[in-house]
Amino acid sequence: MEQVKILIAGDSAYTVEFGNRICEEIGGKVTAFQKALEDRNIKGIREMIPTFRSVTVFYDPLILPGEKLVRELKEAAENLSVKQTGKRKIYHIPVCYEEPFCPDMNTVMEHTKFTREEVIRLHSEREYRIYMLGFLPGFAYLGGMDERLETPRLKSPRVKIEAGSVGIGGNQTGIYPLASPGGWQLIGRSPVRPYDERRTDPILYQAGDYIHFEPISEKEYQQIALACEKGDYQCEIEER
Amino acid sequence: MSGFLVKNPGALTTVQDRGRMGAQGLGFGTAGAMDLQSLFLLNILLGNDLNEAALEATLLGPEITFLEDNCFALTGADMGATLDGVPVPRYEAVTAKEGSVLKLGFAKSGVRAYIGFAGGMEIPMVMGSKSTSLKYHLGGVEGRALLSGDRISFTAPRKELRHQKRRKLDVPDFSAKEQDIRVVLGMQQEYFTKEGIRTFFESPYEISGQSDRMGYRLEGEPVSYEDTVDIISDAIVPGAIQIPSNGKPIILMADRQTTGGYAKIGAVISADLPRLAQMGPGAVIHFKEVSVEEAQELFAKERKEMIKQNRRMNRWL
Repeated sequence: MEQVKILIAGDSAYTVEFGNRICEEIGGKVTAFQKALEDRNIKGIREMIPTFRSVTVFYDPLILPGEKLVRELKEAAENLSVKQTGKRKIYHIPVCYEEPFCPDMNTVMEHTKFTREEVIRLHSEREYRIYMLGFLPGFAYLGGMDERLETPRLKSPRVKIEAGSVGIGGNQTGIYPLASPGGWQLIGRSPVRPYDERRTDPILYQAGDYIHFEPISEKEYQQIALACEKGDYQCEIEER
Repeated sequence: MSGFLVKNPGALTTVQDRGRMGAQGLGFGTAGAMDLQSLFLLNILLGNDLNEAALEATLLGPEITFLEDNCFALTGADMGATLDGVPVPRYEAVTAKEGSVLKLGFAKSGVRAYIGFAGGMEIPMVMGSKSTSLKYHLGGVEGRALLSGDRISFTAPRKELRHQKRRKLDVPDFSAKEQDIRVVLGMQQEYFTKEGIRTFFESPYEISGQSDRMGYRLEGEPVSYEDTVDIISDAIVPGAIQIPSNGKPIILMADRQTTGGYAKIGAVISADLPRLAQMGPGAVIHFKEVSVEEAQELFAKERKEMIKQNRRMNRWL
């Protein structure tokens, strides 16, 4: 088991690091630690950024002395029980893997030697852990894609990728929350917007949750897209 | 019509407040004013909430027409501002009449000027902030820099502020082209060689032309590291100094992303970030090491001074 490290991160933050690997075990600790700190309700903590293997805690030194925070961080890390994360929260996100939403499906098929149906099945049968959100608001770094789907990124990135696009980049997979440039191989698109500023919680999910992609037809895509536009679509959330 | 009209936006003028706090864990970088000290002083002069948004002008300021009377003030860089052709003092509340034209030119000293309006601007809040994120295209005016023809409304314009004549502050000097910038070591400090850390503190670094609101790229002696500077991406704090494989430091500023995959040697202290934000391409930095405790004392002192000024000027509010 790795030693927990508390790193100085400037004059108003500390980073609590649980290891140096990307894996479920460390990811679970990160989520549990964030939850444990939230439960402690420490006055002076401003916000936290959970990542693959650490949690950075921003604080206001005028309210909370650094030494006091470090003591709290150590205590919370020592008494960490991964059970604290509670239930697994899974977001079932509908994805249309059909034309015109899958411009790079052929590249992925050629590279992986799978048929279209196999690519879709392998991509949509797993539950992916959200290790962290970064790069863009709501951009989820997912873990656990089937290694056989690994496909290198585009040689030259696209200037604009539509929001909701689902792609593969190396051994990672994910969904674009906003229109943005990007180099991933696009194999589908979801009508659901991971980021929608009209919602009470503009970002659909948090680090520590899971995502499952649910294949849908083009017709279903259009129906759901319309419902999303009106603001009366809620994707299925399972807790277990 | 109310508010003001942008006649000419200048080089890069954006709406900025303190920044988008509290949503970094969801991937929202904070954005916000590069020089928070100038933003806060501006709001003190105008009797605004300290976090009220202002226009941040970079290197070449904008030209705007007032469509109604309101008080305004200028802080930060000296861009030789004029109101209807007459020079306007900085760090002082001034009344502009309907139809008046406020024009800023090239920065004579400092890099970023702040233009604030009594009562603030009508800008929709996105995740609790009016700040423009150029990177994510959200906040401010349609998530972009101002353009000619943009019109922004005032929230609560005032023809005159209480004790307006007394609404003046000392004008800071931004002219130094070579400055000490204090740093707290930490984060991936152990990725660097002893030699590398010595180089970092003993050699001068010049701010390169490829510097913007996201990061300051520095030219100078490369900082040597042990095996690699690639890390599993982790969180980035304001002023974090990352060292990519070419060894040349990059200081991450207001428009930084929330996470990154290069090793970080440390971070510029909060008290020095505003001063750094007023240094532009060609200016030279000497890094000096301080402890977390010293950094926090410096910041606390500065904050206390600011609270005092706010009380002195706005206790009648």
